[in-house]
Amino acid sequence: MSEIHEPDAPQSTSDMAMTGRMDVSAALEGVDISETVSNIVFDLANVRVFYGDFEAVRDVTMQIGRNEITAFIGPSGCGKSTLLRSFNRMNDLIPGARVEGLLAYHGFDIYAPDVDPIEVRRRIGMVFQKPNVFPKSIYENVAYGPKVNGMKVNMDDLVEECLTRAALWDEVKDDLKKSAYALSGGQQQRLVIARCIAVKPEVILMDEPCASLDPIATAKIEDLMKELAKDYTIVIVTHNMQQAARVSERTAFFTADVDANGVRHGRLVEYGPTRRIFTAPHDPRTEDYISGRFG
Amino acid sequence: MTTTLVESAPGGLNPLRQTKPRYGEKVIRVILFAAAAVSILTTFGIVISVLIPSLEFFAEIPITEFLFTTTWTPLFANPQYGVLPLIMGTLVITLIAVLIAIPLGLGSAIYLSEYASPKARKVLKPTLEVLAGIPTVVFGFFALEFITEFVLKPIFPGIQVFNALSAGIVMGIMIIPTIASLSEDAMAAVPAGLRDGAYALGATKRQTALRVVVPAALSGIVAAFVLGISRAIGETMIVTVAAGLQPNMTLNPLEGMQTMTSYIAAAGAGDVATGSIEYKSIFAVGLLLFVITFFMNMVSIRLVRKYRQAYQ
Ligand SMILES: Nc1ncnc2c1ncn2[C@@H]1O[C@H](COP(=O)(O)OP(=O)(O)O)[C@@H](O)[C@H]1O
Ligand SMILES: [Mg+2]
Repeated sequence: MSEIHEPDAPQSTSDMAMTGRMDVSAALEGVDISETVSNIVFDLANVRVFYGDFEAVRDVTMQIGRNEITAFIGPSGCGKSTLLRSFNRMNDLIPGARVEGLLAYHGFDIYAPDVDPIEVRRRIGMVFQKPNVFPKSIYENVAYGPKVNGMKVNMDDLVEECLTRAALWDEVKDDLKKSAYALSGGQQQRLVIARCIAVKPEVILMDEPCASLDPIATAKIEDLMKELAKDYTIVIVTHNMQQAARVSERTAFFTADVDANGVRHGRLVEYGPTRRIFTAPHDPRTEDYISGRFG
Repeated sequence: MTTTLVESAPGGLNPLRQTKPRYGEKVIRVILFAAAAVSILTTFGIVISVLIPSLEFFAEIPITEFLFTTTWTPLFANPQYGVLPLIMGTLVITLIAVLIAIPLGLGSAIYLSEYASPKARKVLKPTLEVLAGIPTVVFGFFALEFITEFVLKPIFPGIQVFNALSAGIVMGIMIIPTIASLSEDAMAAVPAGLRDGAYALGATKRQTALRVVVPAALSGIVAAFVLGISRAIGETMIVTVAAGLQPNMTLNPLEGMQTMTSYIAAAGAGDVATGSIEYKSIFAVGLLLFVITFFMNMVSIRLVRKYRQAYQ
């Protein structure tokens, strides 16, 4: 598990760029895919996200493909989480937050006045940076979503199925009644994923799901993501470019521009197949970022 | 690094030794210890001063008669010391108070923590806490003059002027702020990530509040309940003013009752001769009250610990 480090003493900038680039390429997998997204789940046109008067994300236009893993990368504070949270209307919970432009899910504007955010969130699940298991048993954590959504299912079967899909069943099958807090961080994050898929969403949004995990737990979550991508559409925010290279089909690179008043606004710089973004970026800012010259 | 330090400190002196005496540390230690000692010693003093006359009381009246007989007439020519009517009075009034205060207190807490806008919360929480600052004697007259007269009489025409119901209701109102404020603190301490987790599963606000936030804050909420109940059991003025001073072995809240506290207050204020058996009975009832409250606190600590273990 090699990570990208800022080299301690680079001999020359070009050298550094080379090293950074080669490190990431080593992690790239899969075949080249087309620049255009064919099976569109999310279609964003000029999306802007505001906190009060502050425009945190500016003018994003992009498409997210079905059963693909799409990675959002970019420096801290460039609006990756903000944009991700607008996909399932989690931003509604923040007073003053608001979205402009068109954010369509299968052709339906999810910010249309007649849309129920609760329905949106049931179809578009979310996994957070800090594993936020509920202070309940492992079983109750998985069963919570189906219960609040009034799903008529055999709960025991569903719990087993979801824990199995989240690659956690074998580790917890004898401890289902135990508190979820007894699990390790990596297990908790897999429990959160199991809890998320229990409501049968179509999309899973993940905001730096491995940021608080050790490399071994991270590898397990990454394997799991690839497995889940067969049935789910996944959008993941990550700080770890190796991770983006390892797991995603497409990568979006965001950065923050400073306007005339010194205010930083996040914007999408470049979006395309992950392999292409990491080997032949079109924008020099993308090139700088992936090669380790952050900014 | 170590080498250079040793070289710069000739004479073999340890360069890491303390060079300045820190008198302030010692002084503050002594002062803080004294502060802690005062409250511990006071508690001991109280226990002993209650215990001695109580033991003298039980030397004359068997403890079984005290605990298990049902007539409390210490001032009669032929006095009887069965404490059960006083326990009954305390129980009935506390129960009424709890039935009022737990739903309203928890409801206010859930509203304040989960539903109210930050602005509304800023106004409402201090307002609620003002309620906690009203002297209990005022609550007592509110029970007697308003609740009994204008609320209960129209509903229950046969109600006695002094009755357990009005005292219980008003005592419940009195402890709402305790329960609401402490429960709200407990819920505010629940990490925002848990709420996000619930909302992200398609939970409504109500489902998030009742099925995630309240269970997560349960240990704090239970502690708030117990503190509220302890206040109700120990509350004296409201019952003295509004519930009457007649020991009454009944479950009917429309009648007057005497509680353990109001007996202590009334007998203590009356002219009982120091050293007499009536005088000692005050301490015996006080000891019983102390034991009950102590037992409740133990239970609450146990409960809180149990939830902590399960949920953290
Ligand atoms: N709840 C909020 N209220 C106001 N500003 C916020 C809020 N959350 C994030 N921001 C601001 O929005 C910008 C983007 O933040 P964020 O989306 O968290 O970036 P990233 O996830 O890329 O690190 C930052 O300037 C941040 O300070
Ligand atoms: Mg973020």
